[in-house]
Amino acid sequence: MTDDTAAIAVEGLRKRYGDVQAVDGVTFEVRRGEFYGILGPNGAGKTTTMEMIEGLREPDEGSARLLGQPSWPRDPALLRRIGVQLQASAFFDKLTAREQIHTFAALYGVGTERADAMLESVGLAEKRDVRDNKLSGGQAQRLSIACALVHDPELLFLDEPTTGLDPQARRNLWDLLRQINSAGRTVVLTTHYLDEAETLCDRVAIMDAGRILRVGRPADLVAELGVHNLEDVFLQLTGREYRE
Amino acid sequence: MTAFRSLSRAMTLGLLRDRTAVFFTLLFPLLFLALFGALFQSDSLTKSTWVQVGDVAVLDDMPDEELAALSDVLTLVKSADREAALEDVRQGDADAAVWEEDGRIEMRYSAADATTAGTVQGLMQSIVQSANVAATGQPPAFELATDQVEDKSVKPIQYLTPGLLGWAIAQGAAYMSAFTLVNWRKKRILRRLWLAPVSPGTVIGARVGVSLAIAFLQVAIFVGVACIPFYGLHLTGYWWLALPLVATGTLAFMSIGLLIGAWAKTEEAANGALQLVILPMAFVSGSFFPNDAMPSWLRTLSNILPLKHLTQALQDVLSRGQGWGAALPTLGGLLLFAAVLTALASRLFRWDDA
Ligand SMILES: Nc1ncnc2c1ncn2[C@@H]1O[C@H](COP(=O)(O)OP(=O)(O)OP(=O)(O)O)[C@@H](O)[C@H]1O
Ligand SMILES: [Mg+2]
Repeated sequence: MTDDTAAIAVEGLRKRYGDVQAVDGVTFEVRRGEFYGILGPNGAGKTTTMEMIEGLREPDEGSARLLGQPSWPRDPALLRRIGVQLQASAFFDKLTAREQIHTFAALYGVGTERADAMLESVGLAEKRDVRDNKLSGGQAQRLSIACALVHDPELLFLDEPTTGLDPQARRNLWDLLRQINSAGRTVVLTTHYLDEAETLCDRVAIMDAGRILRVGRPADLVAELGVHNLEDVFLQLTGREYRE
Repeated sequence: MTAFRSLSRAMTLGLLRDRTAVFFTLLFPLLFLALFGALFQSDSLTKSTWVQVGDVAVLDDMPDEELAALSDVLTLVKSADREAALEDVRQGDADAAVWEEDGRIEMRYSAADATTAGTVQGLMQSIVQSANVAATGQPPAFELATDQVEDKSVKPIQYLTPGLLGWAIAQGAAYMSAFTLVNWRKKRILRRLWLAPVSPGTVIGARVGVSLAIAFLQVAIFVGVACIPFYGLHLTGYWWLALPLVATGTLAFMSIGLLIGAWAKTEEAANGALQLVILPMAFVSGSFFPNDAMPSWLRTLSNILPLKHLTQALQDVLSRGQGWGAALPTLGGLLLFAAVLTALASRLFRWDDA
């Protein structure tokens, strides 16, 4: 395995749901060790794109290679190397936070000590004996992130990880993600907080209506369009109307 | 912990922490056994009540020791009013009315209960015959000896245990597989597992493993309870054949649950559909009472139901002393049924609600 293959190489992805063209020809590359953001209004196709890249959904057209391997069809050897936090969290019925992460850890052959440490690092040590339906929205979100990180993946996908988190949890998660990224892991996230994308991401892709409008370093995009911050870039590119 | 063990653990905890599910799927059938077993302690001796109107020589002249021997099966009530006696029989308060007229013994019974009608006639025949023998002093030219084919120890518990056990297995196995499928789809666990390096075989294996373990636990508890002296179940030689039977039965009922779980969108819908399938199936299959009295079309229909075959084979090996010959066709049939329904379920299978 040579390290110069891209962490993610996406080629012409398309996906249609009924008469909604959710993703309409998406092509991009993420380098190893990069922190990459996918931005876009509601319904832009970010989640659908991520899910096709992760190998969760079969693309109608196009392909995605992760760490040099195609992500579809399902490849357990590849899945061992990637971590995914889905936009809507997935927990086992009636298990406590600690039992949840132990179960996920076991799926990856990871021991319980590492799982407990992960729970601690998202600040849920005190909530470890609480069942999933008794966690607050933000706590559930943190548990979901911890479950995605438990096997120390080389490539990490986070779909709106900071949605619903309080400012403390958000800053702590930023620190955690920076730390993971500086250890050489590749991170891809979607977010609606453009300040977050600006501080965390090496590069961002701005999507709308299933297509990528622009890719670049946040500072370069701001300079290119002659505006103040990434939020202005976003609004200038995607307009101000509501999305359905 | 391995993936297999941790998934098994997650399923087991998920079930045990759901009190309602534990009660209805696991404890409820056991309560039925405890209750029915106590209610039908011994119906091998059906006792009948006769109303005797006026003098009836064969009854009045019966020697005391014979009368005493009959007291186990017969209660005689005297009455002077024939109409009232007949009314009692019509109402089911008495099983027969008896009187004597011009040397003929007259007996009236109700056809509403065929078993009792047969019993009272048989009993009267034998009383009349022994009175004839005593009156003429001639030994009878022909004698009829009858006996039941079952083990002498056959008591209702011998039928109740296999029947209710079959129902319990059906209910538990179908519920658990339907629930896991619907709940894991709804809570997106299925999708999350797709993204983990775990093989479908491990996931299915864990589900089957937990269901089998629970089914064997049910066998142990049912047989254990039925064997306490109060209920008095006697196991016959090949009782352990119940284990492979229960295992294949579990697979067959899991496949019913899979089909329902693949179709249903919510746990409530799955549970409703399950009760609509399992309860009628249990009635028609004779889980609660023998299905001999059912119309023949219903009995024919019951032949396609896996529970009917499981119940019958369980009875054969648990209380009729039969062996492999009774178990093998059922084992094969249940596996075939499971294979067909699982194939059907896999065509309806969806990863998520969307
Ligand atoms: N399972 C589905 N079935 C049908 N349509 C879908 C499905 N999932 C998404 N869509 C549609 O596809 C489009 C893209 O959805 P997607 O979830 O990818 O958007 P998103 O960019 O992640 O939005 P958000 O910021 O709200 O998370 C939307 O119009 C949505 O209605
Ligand atoms: Mg989304």
